Formats: sequence, structure tokens, C-alpha cells
Amino acid sequence: MATWTWFHKLSSPPHFYRIAGKMIPWYAIPAAILIVLGIYGGLFSAPADYQQGEAFRIIYVHAPAAWLSLMCYTTMAVAAAVGLIWRIKLAHALAAATAPIGASFALLCLATGSLWGRPMWGTWWEWDARLTSQLILFFLYLGYMALRSAYDDLTRADRASAVLAIVGVVNVPIIHFSVNWWNSLHQGSTVIRKGGPAMPPSMLIPLLMCFAGFTLLYAALACVRVRAEVLQRERNATWLKELGAG
Amino acid sequence: MDAFLSMGGYGRFVWPSYALAAAVLAWNIWSALRLQRNALEHARRRVAIARGDADRQAL
Repeated sequence: MATWTWFHKLSSPPHFYRIAGKMIPWYAIPAAILIVLGIYGGLFSAPADYQQGEAFRIIYVHAPAAWLSLMCYTTMAVAAAVGLIWRIKLAHALAAATAPIGASFALLCLATGSLWGRPMWGTWWEWDARLTSQLILFFLYLGYMALRSAYDDLTRADRASAVLAIVGVVNVPIIHFSVNWWNSLHQGSTVIRKGGPAMPPSMLIPLLMCFAGFTLLYAALACVRVRAEVLQRERNATWLKELGAG
Repeated sequence: MDAFLSMGGYGRFVWPSYALAAAVLAWNIWSALRLQRNALEHARRRVAIARGDADRQAL
């Protein structure tokens, strides 16, 4: 019971608006510190890879972008499902807020992957399982956003786009396991694998910092974007006035 | 310094990757803040309109 009270309180727009506003610096500041330290470590303190030389340093932006693109999609699909099943508008707002962030990181993942593939594989692009499924992820984000913008009515936009988000989530495990299921040019997992990470700590720690930093940055961006969504959706002027919007 | 910038001959792949990452991070921050600013502006306008309607009804 206590959990539900808490959940309902948080899902009330004015309450969420205040809490999320307070949380932004707690996500954004550690995110900035972790990203700066992680990139610094990746460029300066990590040794060159014994096979890939200095080119492997692309991993410090490529892998966190890939992770975020998948995490964002999963978040979006779960939020859309929650919104659809329990009719919680805030959940739809979170899904809508997450899409452009996820799309931008999916694109970053594809672009940096291409820049890494050229010297290592000898090609900018290959229609292989990992690359193709990641490209589909990017198109799913674009489709989701296009579908939302096709409706003037927010409630209908929420429902229609939620169905697309939920159906598309099947692509997430396909991307993750594609390197195991099919012969792929793409290397296997480096961090999450049997027998522990295949990296010495001097390479691994900056990478983990980048993962954590990117994830916290998502949390901060999502707070800002959901607050904006809440403001756009809110038709009740009373609490808007209380917020100082009046 | 030159050795660092050349990245063992991979500089033309490594640096554009980092530049793109910086651009994506900057776009995310800029667009989120712009969204917030626009939403606040619209909310203010709605509150002002609602207030105007209430005033007219009171007359």
C-alpha cells in the first residue's frame, strides 16, 4: 500500500515537476565529472590496444552511445506500456521525452562505429546483423517521433506511438545478441561476458566512467524534458501559478 | 603532442568520433533547455489568458 501511495504521489504532475527539478543538478554534475574523467582516462591513461592500436579509443564514445541507445529504447517501451495499461500520462511523457535522446545516441553509435569500422574492417558500412539491427533501432526512434507529430490530439499520439514503441522493443535483444547469433564483423562483448571483462583496469575504469556518466546525463536530460512535457500537457492553471509560471 | 594527435595514424578516425560525441552531447543539452524554455513561456501565456478570462467574467 505504501508503495502505491508513493507511486501515485510521484505520478501527480505538480509533485513530479518539483521533485524532478530538484534532481537535475544531482544527475547533471556527477554526469559532467564522470564524462570528463572517463574521456580523459580513455585518451591519456589507457594504453593502446595490442591489436587495434590507438583506434580502439573510439570505444570510449562508441560503446556508451550504443548502451544509451538501447537503454533509452527499453525505457521508452516500458514507459509507453505503463502509460497504455494504467493510463498514466506522466509515463507517456517520459516515453516522448526519451525518444529524441535515444535517437541522437543511436546516430552517434552508428557514426562512430562507421569511423571505427573503416580502419579495422576496411569498410564504412556492412549489412551485417549488428549494424543493420542498430540502424533499424535508429529508424524505430524516427518512426516513433514522426507518428507522435502526426497527431494533433496528445492522447491519441500517446496511444498510437506507445504501440509502436512496444512492438519495436523486440529489436533490443536482437541487437544485443546479434554478435553471438550470427557471424558478424562486429567484435563480441568486451565488458559483460563470461569470465569477466576482457580489459585491464586502466582501460576498463575510464570506460565504466563513461557508461555511468552517459547514463546520468540521460537522467538529467529526461528530467528537463519530462518537466517540459508536463508543462505542455497541463491545462490546470492553479498549480502552474503556484510554480511561478504565472 | 604530434604523436598524440596522430593517434598512431588513426587520428582521422579517432578525432572525428570524439567531435561527433561532443556535438551530440551539446545538442542534447541545448535542445532540452530550449524545450524547457518554450514550455515555460507557453505555460505563462496560458495562465495570463486564463486570468484575463476570469477578470472579464468578474466584470
